[in-house]
Amino acid sequence: MSDDLKTTLNVYRGAAGEEAHYDQFDVPHEEGASVLDALVWVRENVDASLAFRYSCVSANACKECMILVDGKVNYACTAKLSTGTVTVEPLAKKKLIRDLVTDIVPPKERLGSVDAE
Amino acid sequence: MMRVSTDVFVVGAGGAGMYAAIAAAREGADVIVADKSLISRGGATIMAQMTVASAVGHEEPDHWTHHLADTIEAGHGLCNEELSAILCEESVTRIHEMDEWKVGWARVEGRMTQVHAPGHGLKRCVYVDYLNTGPAVARALRGEVAQRSGIRRASGLAVIEIIVQNGEAVGAVAIDVESGETVLVEAGAIVLAAGGLTKLYKRNSASINMGGEAYAMALRAGAELIDMEFVQFFPIGHLAPRMVGMDPIMWDPFRYKVGGRLLNGNFEEFIHNYGASDGGNYTARRDVASYAIYKEVEEGRGSPHGGVWLSFDHIDPKVMQEKFGPMIGRLAKNGIDLQKSAVEVSPIAHYHMGGIRVDTEMKTRIPGLYAAGEAVGGANGATRLSGNAIPEAFVFGERAGKFGAAFAKGRSRAPLDEKSATIVLSEPKSQLKKGAAPDGSATALMTELQALMWEKVGLFRTGEKLEQALARIREMQSDDLRNITIPDDAPFNQALLDWYELRAGLLCAESVTLAAINRTESRGAHQREDIPDASPEFERNQTIGLSGDQLVTGWADVPRISYTLEEKQAAVI
Repeated sequence: MSDDLKTTLNVYRGAAGEEAHYDQFDVPHEEGASVLDALVWVRENVDASLAFRYSCVSANACKECMILVDGKVNYACTAKLSTGTVTVEPLAKKKLIRDLVTDIVPPKERLGSVDAE
Repeated sequence: MMRVSTDVFVVGAGGAGMYAAIAAAREGADVIVADKSLISRGGATIMAQMTVASAVGHEEPDHWTHHLADTIEAGHGLCNEELSAILCEESVTRIHEMDEWKVGWARVEGRMTQVHAPGHGLKRCVYVDYLNTGPAVARALRGEVAQRSGIRRASGLAVIEIIVQNGEAVGAVAIDVESGETVLVEAGAIVLAAGGLTKLYKRNSASINMGGEAYAMALRAGAELIDMEFVQFFPIGHLAPRMVGMDPIMWDPFRYKVGGRLLNGNFEEFIHNYGASDGGNYTARRDVASYAIYKEVEEGRGSPHGGVWLSFDHIDPKVMQEKFGPMIGRLAKNGIDLQKSAVEVSPIAHYHMGGIRVDTEMKTRIPGLYAAGEAVGGANGATRLSGNAIPEAFVFGERAGKFGAAFAKGRSRAPLDEKSATIVLSEPKSQLKKGAAPDGSATALMTELQALMWEKVGLFRTGEKLEQALARIREMQSDDLRNITIPDDAPFNQALLDWYELRAGLLCAESVTLAAINRTESRGAHQREDIPDASPEFERNQTIGLSGDQLVTGWADVPRISYTLEEKQAAVI
């Protein structure tokens, strides 16, 4: 166990239409940990308001946790957490909702849009 | 506030919910199927990489009554045999229907491949290669749902409460997760298909949506639950090192096929110290394996993360290559080389036998309210037979959708008052505050609850531990839950949903604990260290319901089938 190692998570914050900023969170680093583990840790221990999507918990089955990790498209659950600083941002090509959450819902799965037809 | 109206409203879009939506649409009903995650992406179905039990008889001659006999035997006297019989008989129809929907069951020369799974008398379990059953099932059903014009899909809709008027279910209150907007749903029938509660245990194979919300919604609507004390633990779930993209219960078939050795923290075999032989064939019963692992850890002989080692390093690399196939590469991506090092395993919470009490039409005691899938209790008694979870989703989903649609058809819908939604959502309003809450979050309390359930309401229970758990759960309900600050950050306020999930989880935890206290015997998945034997007087189902805010328990005779299995077999021939 490597209790002394840590990662600084540099996280995009802000909702659509707001001015964005980045928050830094120091996250303990455990061997084999994923970026998703670190995000979950932040929500539980530091800031419950951080918004990101995931559903299947590291089975890489739901594919909902897709974000930018250090500028590259990746699944938060399969992206290994490195030590040092890791920057996480919402997908650039999808409409931003808040923080790391983007609009990835297929249009026909929206109650509002379907009802408006 | 957004208002929608539909014949059938399905809560949860895993295997059971999607099947319910399809079946209701086939009856001509219009349907909304909602999931707080994305349609078909959340829930348990997509996580299930293993096998599906069905007496299709492709591998060897079989009949659903044989499947039923095995299901009832696994259930230790508590199966609702009427439900079990429906599950086994209709599994055959549903597996063929899924085949038409191109799920891609593994085949050799046109016939479905069926494998043997623990507890089955013959080769009965179909699957999709390799460890791809759940994702393939989810994809096939997603396609069918999308094709049907009568079905509206609502991803990111979190259902909070069922609205009951004059003793009947008439709609639901939901929150649109992305916008935070309240959604009032008027419905002719409602199907609860939002899964089980295994997420309430620290070690589990669940998705984040398996926190017992279907059970809590049913209780709050006035329906009953049954046999909540029976949580199934899988003996050798993956514990360490960190493994992503693989089913945590995947080791079991490989242990059978290849012969993995279970070793304690001192790298010694230990199963033989618990009255079982594991040498050579590695087929110690699951409950014995679980108990042995639990005891080794308790007595300080566990592996570093609190489990035991599963080692394959004595197996010939050629055999490993042949049996594991492409899994070797997927394990390598996780930095796991079985020839070089062992992995750590531990029992993990895997499935809930208890659930919502329904009749054979999947109807609860509240008219208009139905349940499907793992949310239903009773079909699997005190322990579920391997491979019965996915057919349960299909079969009970299809029935709930079909009968729900028929009920909705004959019923008039009156517009609901928006006040009913406002009242439902008023509860945590005073706890909402702008800005982050640095501590005391609902997720931190959920983590505490998971540890509490694991340690005191887990695999091996005692009256003393259960009472301790009950006291803390009740304190969390009356105190912690009401006093935490919820960050008020819309849109996508996950923290608010976490609060509702915690409220539901605590009610379920209280139900499981109370039921476990009352069942002063050991049977199936409910094992009391202080009362190790089964007792004939407890061959009864335990019911639980809400009266005001108090849980009330009772006992009911186990529903039995009135025919013999031989009669059914003779009728076919």
